[in-house]
Amino acid sequence: MDLELTRRTVFDKVGTRPVRPDGTDKVTGRALYGADLTRPDMLVGRVLRSPHAHARILSIDVSKAEALEGVKAVVTRDDFPDLSAEQTVKGEDEENLRDVSRNVMARDKALYEGHAIAAVAATSAPVARRALALIDVAFEVLPHVIDVDEAMKPGAPVLHEDMFTAGLDPAPTEPSNVAEYLKIGMGDVDAGFAEADIVVERDFRTEAAHQGYIEPHACVASVSSDGLAELWCCTQGHYSVRSMCAAILGMDLSSLRVTSSEIGGGFGGKTTVFLEPVALALSRKSGRPVKMTMSRSEVFRGSGPTSSTSMSVRMGATRDGRITACEASFRYQGGAFAGSPVSYGAVCGMAPYECPNVVLHCYDVVVNRPKAAAYRAPGAPMAAFAIESVLDEIAGRLDLDPIELRLRNAVREGGSSVYGPTFGPIGFVECLEAARSHPGQAAKLAAHQARGVAAGFWPNYGGQTSVSVNVNPDGTVLVSLGTPDIGGSRASMCLMAAEELGIAYGRVKAVIADTSALAHNDTTGGSRVTHSAGLATIEASRRVIETMKERAARLWDVDVEAVVWEDGAVRPSGANAGGHEPLGFDELAALAPSTGGPIAGHAEINAEGAGASFAVHVADLEVDPETGRVTILRYLAVQDAGKAIHPDYVEGQYQGGAVQGIGWALNEEYIYGEDGVLQNPGFLDYRIPVASDLPMIDTVIVEVPNPGHPYGVRGVGETPIVPPLAAVANAVSRAVGRRMTDIPMSPPRILEAIDGAS
Amino acid sequence: MRYEAPRTLEEATAMLAAGGARVLAGGTDLLVQLRSGMVEPDLVVDIKRIPGMTEIAVDDGGWRIGAAVSAAALAGHGGVRRAWPGVVESVELIGSTQIQGRATMAGNLCNASPAADSVPAMIAAGAVVRIAGPGGTVRDVPVEEVATAPGRTSLTAGELVVSVFLPPPEAATGDAYLRLIPRTEMDIAVAGAAVSVVLDGNGRCARARVVLGAVGPRALAVPRGADALVGTALDDTALAALAAAASAAARPIDDKRGTAAYRTKVAGVLARRAAVLAGRRAGERS
Amino acid sequence: MSLIHVTAEVNGDRTEFLCDAEETLLDALRDRLGLTGAKEGCASGDCGACSVVLDGRLVCACLVLAAEAEGRAVETIEGMADGDGLHPLQRKFLELGALQCGVCTPGFLVAAKALLEENPEPSESEVRYWLAGNLCRCTGYDKIIRAVMETAADMRGA
Repeated sequence: MDLELTRRTVFDKVGTRPVRPDGTDKVTGRALYGADLTRPDMLVGRVLRSPHAHARILSIDVSKAEALEGVKAVVTRDDFPDLSAEQTVKGEDEENLRDVSRNVMARDKALYEGHAIAAVAATSAPVARRALALIDVAFEVLPHVIDVDEAMKPGAPVLHEDMFTAGLDPAPTEPSNVAEYLKIGMGDVDAGFAEADIVVERDFRTEAAHQGYIEPHACVASVSSDGLAELWCCTQGHYSVRSMCAAILGMDLSSLRVTSSEIGGGFGGKTTVFLEPVALALSRKSGRPVKMTMSRSEVFRGSGPTSSTSMSVRMGATRDGRITACEASFRYQGGAFAGSPVSYGAVCGMAPYECPNVVLHCYDVVVNRPKAAAYRAPGAPMAAFAIESVLDEIAGRLDLDPIELRLRNAVREGGSSVYGPTFGPIGFVECLEAARSHPGQAAKLAAHQARGVAAGFWPNYGGQTSVSVNVNPDGTVLVSLGTPDIGGSRASMCLMAAEELGIAYGRVKAVIADTSALAHNDTTGGSRVTHSAGLATIEASRRVIETMKERAARLWDVDVEAVVWEDGAVRPSGANAGGHEPLGFDELAALAPSTGGPIAGHAEINAEGAGASFAVHVADLEVDPETGRVTILRYLAVQDAGKAIHPDYVEGQYQGGAVQGIGWALNEEYIYGEDGVLQNPGFLDYRIPVASDLPMIDTVIVEVPNPGHPYGVRGVGETPIVPPLAAVANAVSRAVGRRMTDIPMSPPRILEAIDGAS
Repeated sequence: MRYEAPRTLEEATAMLAAGGARVLAGGTDLLVQLRSGMVEPDLVVDIKRIPGMTEIAVDDGGWRIGAAVSAAALAGHGGVRRAWPGVVESVELIGSTQIQGRATMAGNLCNASPAADSVPAMIAAGAVVRIAGPGGTVRDVPVEEVATAPGRTSLTAGELVVSVFLPPPEAATGDAYLRLIPRTEMDIAVAGAAVSVVLDGNGRCARARVVLGAVGPRALAVPRGADALVGTALDDTALAALAAAASAAARPIDDKRGTAAYRTKVAGVLARRAAVLAGRRAGERS
Repeated sequence: MSLIHVTAEVNGDRTEFLCDAEETLLDALRDRLGLTGAKEGCASGDCGACSVVLDGRLVCACLVLAAEAEGRAVETIEGMADGDGLHPLQRKFLELGALQCGVCTPGFLVAAKALLEENPEPSESEVRYWLAGNLCRCTGYDKIIRAVMETAADMRGA
C-alpha cells in the first residue's frame, strides 16, 4: 500500500481550531528564543562592521583589542578558510558557500556598510564594545554603487573583479556587476503584439524591504577541546545552519549539533547564517561558550533584506481582454553577492496567466548593499507589482472589471503558463470568483477612495523531511520534527497525527528535535512544512498503525492480513480471523513491551507534489488629496489552501502576508545616503505597519485539494505577500488618477503624483 | 558612567555643574542615545526623586507641570486638558503608550529636536519654563527661547528645567496641534503645526499664534500666518492666506523623513487644519 | 566601577540585584534575574517587545535604567498568570490563535492588560492605538485585536 498518498476526504480533527501545543509557554514568557539561553562561563560576542559601503581591507590589527582585560578571543578573516566557489549547500535556494563565508566575515574587501570585519568575545558586553573600538582596520575606500540601474551601467564601480556576466553570448571579456542574464519565454512575442489591439508599456521600481522579524538574530555556541560543538540559535533550518557552519569552519557534520530555539519570525531571513559561524569560531578560540546577538541596527545593516528592483513591462491585449503577449525585463540587485531571486520573481509574476507569447529578461545584479536573503515568496511581489499594475491599466483602458479581465486569462487545470508545467487542480478561478462575490465588493467608495485588485502565485516546495512519531506506553504520542515551527506548524502536525491515529488531539504533542535526533530536514521555507512535514507525519503515523496491526496479529496469532484498523482500534477483519475483542490505541501502546518492544513510525521523504497556491487580494483605501497619506479602509485576502489543517493559522498567514505587503507598498524602504550608508536602520524610520494603521484583514480560504498531499494541503505561507504591492498600487492609482510605478508609495510620492495629475 | 538620583535641586545642579553629566527625566531620548553611543556621559542625574518634579500644581490660575511629569500623567489631568487640549494632544502624540508612560514635556523640549511635537504647541500656548541653576538661581524663560539649534539649548552648565508653566487661557481660546507622519503612530513628525486663537465677542479672531515644527532647525513661529487670521472669522480666504504664509515661512530640508518640497506644502495644509480645529474649540468656549 | 545595589518589587516579590549604571531594566530582568519573557526587539522603544509595568505605568524596559527601579514595583509577563491559572487575555490569545512566532506576545499581553485595567470597554480604534507601540510582523494584528476586544467583553460580562 502506498502509505504516503492514500487520500482522506472526511476529517474528524483536521480543520478544527484547537490550542497549539506550544501555546502556553508563549503566553507566559516561558518559551525560549535565540537570545534566551545562557550557559555557565559564557562570553559575550560582538561584531565589528564596516563603516564604508565599499573598501579594500588593507590590514586588521587586533593586538590592542586582544590585550584588553576581559577579552578572550578576537577573530578576523584569518580565522576562516577561504572556500572555493564550487562548494554549495542546498537550502531554500542553493547557497554558494564561498559567498556565504565572505558575507559572514569579509576577506579582501568590505562590500557594504555593515559587512562584518572582525569579532570579539569578552567577559561582558561593555568590554566587548570597548574591544571593538580598539581594533585598527586600514581601509582603502572605493567608489560604491547602491542603485541597481546605476550598477549595470558601463563604468560603474565593480564589486567583484572576477564576475563576468553568465548567460551572454558571446561571453563578456570585462567584469561587471551583472552576475547573470537569463531569458525565459515561450511563443512568439512579435506575433503576439501584432495580434494585440492595445499595448501598455511601463517602467517600475521597488525599494528593498526587510523581513522585519521582531527577534534579532541570536545564538550560543560552545566548542569543546575535542572539536565537538553545540550551537543553539534561532533559525528556519538548523540542518542547513549545521551544513553551512561545518563547511565554513571545516568541521564534520557529526561533530556539530544544532538546536533550533523558538524562532521569533524569519520570513526567509533566517534561512542562512550570519553570527553562527563567528560564534563557533570565537568559542573554539576562547574555549568558552559564546553568546552573540544582533542589535536591531545590525539586523538592518548586516542581515539580508530583499532586492530592490527596476522593471519594464510591455503587454498586449485584444479588445475583448485576452492577453496576447508580454515582454518584460527584470533587474534585481541581490546585494553584494550574486543570487537575487529575479528569475523566480519573473516567472511567478506571469504564472497566473495563459499568455501564449512571453519573453522575460532577467538580470541578477550586485551592488554595495547587504547580501539579499529570502523574503517570503522571494522575488515574486515585485514582479507581480509590475505585471498586475499593467493588467490593471489594461482593464481600465478596456473598461473591464479587473477581476473579469483576470478571469478571461486565468490558468485553469490542464492549462499552463510561462511557469512551465501543466497545472493539475488549482484554485485561481475559484479565488477570483470568491473575491467577486465577497460582500466587500458592494461597499460604496466615496471621493478620494478606490478599490484595487491583484493576484498572486507561488509554486510551493516539498523537499526533504524526516519525522518520527513515537508512541508512549500511556498511549500519548510525541511527534519529533526537524522543521522549525515559525507560525504554528506543531499544531498542524499534531492535528494530522491525531487524525491518522484516531486519538484525541490533546494526546499528541510535537517537538522540534535537534540535528542529532533525526535525519536531514530541509529548511522551513518555500511554504513547504505543512505539506512536506505533514506528509511525513501522516506517513509515519500510518507506519505506527501498521506496526499496531502487526502487534495485534501476533497477540491473536493470526496473519496481519486478518486484522484491520477501524475507528481507532485493531479488529479482526472477519469471522475467519477469530472472535477477538478490538484492541484500542492505548491498549496496544500499553502492550508494546510484551508484543515486540517500543512502537514508533518514521518517515524519511523527499516530497514532491507541492501544489501551487494562488491568491486574489482586494484593497479599499482612501488618499488624503492634500498630504498624500493613505488609509486602508478594507482589505480582503482570498487564497487556495488546498485543505486548511488549522484554519486560524492559515488565516494568520493570509493576514500577516497581506500586512507585510501593505507595509512594503506604502512606507517600508531602505534609504541610503550619498555615502552608501543606510540612513534608517531601526524600527523608527524603517516603518513597518503598526496596529492603528490597519483595519481587520478579511480572509476567504478556498479549498481546491492538492492531489500531491493525502489531505489536499497546499503551502500557504508565501503567496499572501505576492498581491498586496499591486493591489494597493492599483487602488492608489485609481484614487489619484495616475499610474503609481514606484514602491513605496510614501506620502511625498503620492502627493507628487496628485500634483502632477492635476 | 555613574548614576545618581539626588533628592534636592541643590544636589542636582551641583552634580550637573561638574560637567559630563546628563539629566534623566523620562529617559526616552537619553537611553536611546546612550545605547547607540551617541552620548557617553560620566554621570546620569535622575531628577525624578526631587520633590515637585513629578507633580502638576495649580499656580496663578495656570498649571505648573514638573519636568518629570510623564505624558501619561499629563494626559490624565482633566484641568490641563480642558485648558490647553492642543498642548495635551501634542504630548500624547509623542511615541507609543509605553513611551507615554515615561516621556516628559520638558525632555521633549530639552532634547531640542526640530521635530519635537510638544514644542510648537507649548509656544502657541505661551508656555514658560522655569530653569534652576547652581547656587539656587531660578529664571523663567519662554519656551521658544530654550532650543537654539538641533540638539542644543540655551541652558548653561549646571542648569536644568524644573517645570513648564501653562498660563490660564483667556476666554474663547482654542488651540490645536497637528502633524504629518506616514504611519498613524510611532513616527517622527515630517511636519507639524500648532495654532492657538482667541476669539472676540463677535466670533472674530482677536489674537493668534501659529508655530510650525520640523520645517526648520527649531520650532518656527509664523507671525504672518497669525496676522492672516486676526480680524477674520477664520473663513476660507483667511485660512488660505494662513496656509500660504506657513508654507512661505517653512525652511525645511530634504532628509529620510520627507522632502523639503513636501514639508513646505504640508506645513500649510496642517496649519490650516489646525486653525480650523483651534477655531472650533475657541468657539465652543465663547 | 562598583555595581549598584537595587531593591525592587518584581511580580510581587521583594527582589535584590546588582547592576551597572548603564544597564537597562530589560538587561537586569533578563540577565540578572533570568526573566527572559520580556524580549529585546529594538532597544529603542520602537517595538514594545520588552513591555513591563513600572509602578502602574506601561513602559518599555529597554528605556528604563535598572538603577531607576530602586524601591519601585515591576510587573512582567512572568507575573501575569495566577499560578497555573492563565489570565483571561492569555487564554483568549491561545483560543483565537492570536500569535504565530510568539516573540511579540509577552509584550502585547502586558500592554493589553494595562489597557483593560484603564479602559474596560475600549473601541477597536482605542485598542489599535493603545497597542501601536507593540510591533507584530506575523499576524497583521487582526487576531490580536479581536482577542483583546473579546477578552474585554468577557471580563465585563464576568
